[in-house]
Amino acid sequence: MSLSEIVFLVLAVVAVGSALLSMTSGQLVHSALWLVVTLGAVAGCFVLMTAEFVAWVQVLVYVGSVVVLVIFALMLTRQPSGSRSAEVTGNRWIAALVGLVAAVGLGATMVAGFRGEEIEGRRIGTAGSIGDALFNDWVLPFEILSGVLLAALIGAIVISRSGSDR
Amino acid sequence: MPLLYPLVLASALFGIGLYGVLARRNAVLMLLGVELMLNAVNLNLVAFDAWFADALHSGQVLTLFTITIAAAEIGLGLAIVLALFRALRTVDVDEVGR
Repeated sequence: MSLSEIVFLVLAVVAVGSALLSMTSGQLVHSALWLVVTLGAVAGCFVLMTAEFVAWVQVLVYVGSVVVLVIFALMLTRQPSGSRSAEVTGNRWIAALVGLVAAVGLGATMVAGFRGEEIEGRRIGTAGSIGDALFNDWVLPFEILSGVLLAALIGAIVISRSGSDR
Repeated sequence: MPLLYPLVLASALFGIGLYGVLARRNAVLMLLGVELMLNAVNLNLVAFDAWFADALHSGQVLTLFTITIAAAEIGLGLAIVLALFRALRTVDVDEVGR
């Protein structure tokens, strides 16, 4: 077993463990902070799969801004009546069963379909080649996507403005 | 590296995210579950890109697009949650549904 495989397995264990803690923790802010660990571990997995640029985008966008946004929202919507909202719903066992069935089903499908395939460590993921692909072949989707993001953010501002001055 | 490692990890993360979406009462934490599921998708995309060695880098570029869509989604989702909290003084999805 090569070094990269060992590192990947360690990162996978960290990702799954912190994801479980994030989804079951009773403390709201702890949930968001455990998600940071998960996303960081996934970014490490991206690096091991020769996708450095995607890994850095993951760190910048997810860890840097999305999680900060989530923590802001958690603190703004903290209910005055205590931490009851951190609880799970009454159907948590059904939810756990559905999640387990989905994970096992997907995993079994993957094992059945792709057993024995290997990722070769070719240098295909450098930022330069991604930039070439993005701005040669994917320029139109990229620009459309920037429009979508702008529309979504303007919509978010409009929705979250207080209703009194409208 | 075997292709199965990232694929099985992504399956596990997807299942955990699904549990989070279904079981949490707090709307913000439901959004965290959605983010986890989107991350599982990203992991799959990058793994298949590295495996396929695509000249267009479709997997990695689509991962960047997914991350952008996820950012837009979390922005809009949190705005809606804030509007909901302002209107009803709660973000508990069980109480909102009543």
